[in-house]
Amino acid sequence: MKIIAFCGAGIGTSAILKVNAERALARLGIEADIEATDIAGFAVAAEDAQVILASPELVKFIGKTYADVVVIENYFDLDELTRKLEIALG
Amino acid sequence: MRLHELPDDVFVLGAHAADWRSAVRIAGEALVAGGVTTDAYAERMVQVVEEFGAYIVIAPGLALAHARPGPDVLHDGLAVVTLDEPVVFGHPHNDPVEVVLALAVTSNEGHVTVLAELANVFNDSTATTAIAHATTVGAVRAVLDRVQPDV
Repeated sequence: MKIIAFCGAGIGTSAILKVNAERALARLGIEADIEATDIAGFAVAAEDAQVILASPELVKFIGKTYADVVVIENYFDLDELTRKLEIALG
Repeated sequence: MRLHELPDDVFVLGAHAADWRSAVRIAGEALVAGGVTTDAYAERMVQVVEEFGAYIVIAPGLALAHARPGPDVLHDGLAVVTLDEPVVFGHPHNDPVEVVLALAVTSNEGHVTVLAELANVFNDSTATTAIAHATTVGAVRAVLDRVQPDV
């Protein structure tokens, strides 16, 4: 299981998303690799990903993918992350 | 870098910004004042938003401005700016912004500790408002130091 946390510059926001997604997965008792990546590294990182987490602003930069694209509004809201990851992975 | 180690110079409270660019530049000036970056970094943070949109507004009222590592980053650092009037960045859900954090790092690795600390602080949805309303650096630090267990 691989999850991508996607961001424009590959530092900062995607790393926060990764930290909080890991906390949400721990709540759900699900094990997964979460990789933070920027737009430059996205195509390679997303090849074998099941889920892509991104901000509403960044969805348009995601090209064709077989992964579930999950839009996260509040990167710090563990309830939102848990709810949306549970649906995507359920 | 840890949150409790931030120097006073990187905190700017009650700044007035005419628009989001101005807000990001004020945060850039705070990074310069703290010796974290040179002047050029602020403009690179602005360019990230121009290129990719207002995704840096990662929670209601809170922006995390940043750019890639570069020669204008002298060492890892973070600035904390509160605005006297909230500013619209153009995010569909999280506008307007009242607290701007600016992150600068020298490499893509090594800044995870401070981001985990930020997650600890802002997982509490009252933190942004508490920082926005703080009138002293000490009050901001009190919020940042609220919960820092085993990061």
